[in-house]
Amino acid sequence: MIWLNQLVQGLMLGGYYALLACGLSFMFGVMGIINLAHGSLAVLAAYLLFVLADRFQIHPLLGLVAVIPAMALIGWVLHRLVLERSARAGALLPLLSTFGLASVLDNSMFQAFGADTRSLAPYIDSLSYDGWTLPGGIIVGQLAVLTLVVAIALLGGLHLMLTRTALGRRIRAAAHDPDTAQLVGVDARAVYAASTAIAMTTVAIAGAFLAMRATFDPYTGPYQLIFAFEAVIIGGAGSLWGTLVGGIVLGVAQSLGAQVHPQGFLIAGHVVFLVVLLARVYAGDTLSRWVRMFSSRFTNRA
Amino acid sequence: MSILNIENLEAKHGLLAAVQGISLALEQGETLALVGANGAGKTTLLRTLAGVHPVAAGRIVFDGVDVSAMPAHRRAAAGLALVPEGRKLFPAMTVQENLLVALSAKREGRWNLSTVLEAFPQLKPKLKAAAGTLSGGQQRAVAIGRALMTNPRVLLLDEVSLGLSPLAVQGVYDSLRGLMSKATSKEQSTTIVLVEQDLQRTFQVADRIVCMLEGRVVAMGRADEMTREQVMGYYFGHRTPSHATAATATATTTTTTAPT
Repeated sequence: MIWLNQLVQGLMLGGYYALLACGLSFMFGVMGIINLAHGSLAVLAAYLLFVLADRFQIHPLLGLVAVIPAMALIGWVLHRLVLERSARAGALLPLLSTFGLASVLDNSMFQAFGADTRSLAPYIDSLSYDGWTLPGGIIVGQLAVLTLVVAIALLGGLHLMLTRTALGRRIRAAAHDPDTAQLVGVDARAVYAASTAIAMTTVAIAGAFLAMRATFDPYTGPYQLIFAFEAVIIGGAGSLWGTLVGGIVLGVAQSLGAQVHPQGFLIAGHVVFLVVLLARVYAGDTLSRWVRMFSSRFTNRA
Repeated sequence: MSILNIENLEAKHGLLAAVQGISLALEQGETLALVGANGAGKTTLLRTLAGVHPVAAGRIVFDGVDVSAMPAHRRAAAGLALVPEGRKLFPAMTVQENLLVALSAKREGRWNLSTVLEAFPQLKPKLKAAAGTLSGGQQRAVAIGRALMTNPRVLLLDEVSLGLSPLAVQGVYDSLRGLMSKATSKEQSTTIVLVEQDLQRTFQVADRIVCMLEGRVVAMGRADEMTREQVMGYYFGHRTPSHATAATATATTTTTTAPT
């Protein structure tokens, strides 16, 4: 039963990782940019919510009404001032510029808020610790379930937006071939700016859940980036539903690893990430063949 | 007034001048064919006109407006559409999505999803299929249909028959002839600039033929006044502008010639 409990807790944790990785995956899928400031931007959103909660007594979930548009605006400006210019010089420069941006953000937040750890848990009442008891005595936290539900809803919403709306068609066209997209009237520059803004709205939500479920400080961002990055790689870069799977695999691995050994939480996650990464690099074609084979068998049976 | 004026246009690939001092004027409803060997600069010329290759010198005036510095998506919105070489579809998107994405140009006109499907009936049963899974001829039809969805006033077609089976080429040209004949008058119809290697078909569909060699126009004339042999001569560089016959006497690298 202990292992089942760890599995369930890992699933819930995976929801958080999927939520965190969502924007990173989206930006990579649309623009081919790996945003190394992703974790720091999530922490920035957490601080904005903290200020609203601490100074104006605004509930963090209500605070998102203000923070989401603010982060979207930051995303739009980020694209116009940093990403667009650096992306013209190839794949390396956006990595360097977003790495630099992360350093600037981390140290600016340190300057503004100091080194104290903060949390939004005190501002969400019993949501931070209430839970439901499942058969077998397994307890799942309400906040953890909410996180998983929000992650699925957000990824599903993004999927629907990409497949069912005109903006989604433009984003997918520009993601595949910006030159050809422009030939049919798609303003690829505006689409990329809008995509960055969308990614930052997901970052705002991830920041809120990060701060509600745990503590954070100005230098929490890079650690969050590592988890988000691992979830994206495990699930397949640029794939939204893959990101959900990647987040859950990472969460379950960490949770089961923690059961084996206190240090196993981080080690198990990193090991799974490395195994998947090496498998993708050295046996990508074989894996793809297996996936296709199993898919076709499943389809034939269905 | 001409719909499209190209004035001393130059375009480069690095240090290489791919298009050198080309001047042309196109009338509304005209079909102009660009012919020339590989590397003559035909594709670069079309890409420069469409805005996906930068202008090094000269001007492109479309419907009285200098569009030389205008980005490609705004040229598409103004009515200048390119069907690029190699189809260039969005392969993971369905046929319907490939066509609908062209609504981004936001141009009103006779072309919409249903009229495009009337023109290319072979696409009707494939609407929900991923564009990358279609045959070469079907993909070419989607590429042309997608450009038509922008309701262009000038349609630039780059090597529409490249890589297709003879049957598929016939299908594409049948559709093109249908498009050309659908307009009620020459003034209302779409101006077409066509790059084609098949000279027989070029003579069948074009009003005017422009021969290019090493980035320059070396001959130009009405299709019904030129012979295949003349064009072949310019195509391979056996003839020079000084060999131009009466039909092609207007062709120089800088002369602007309107059809008669």
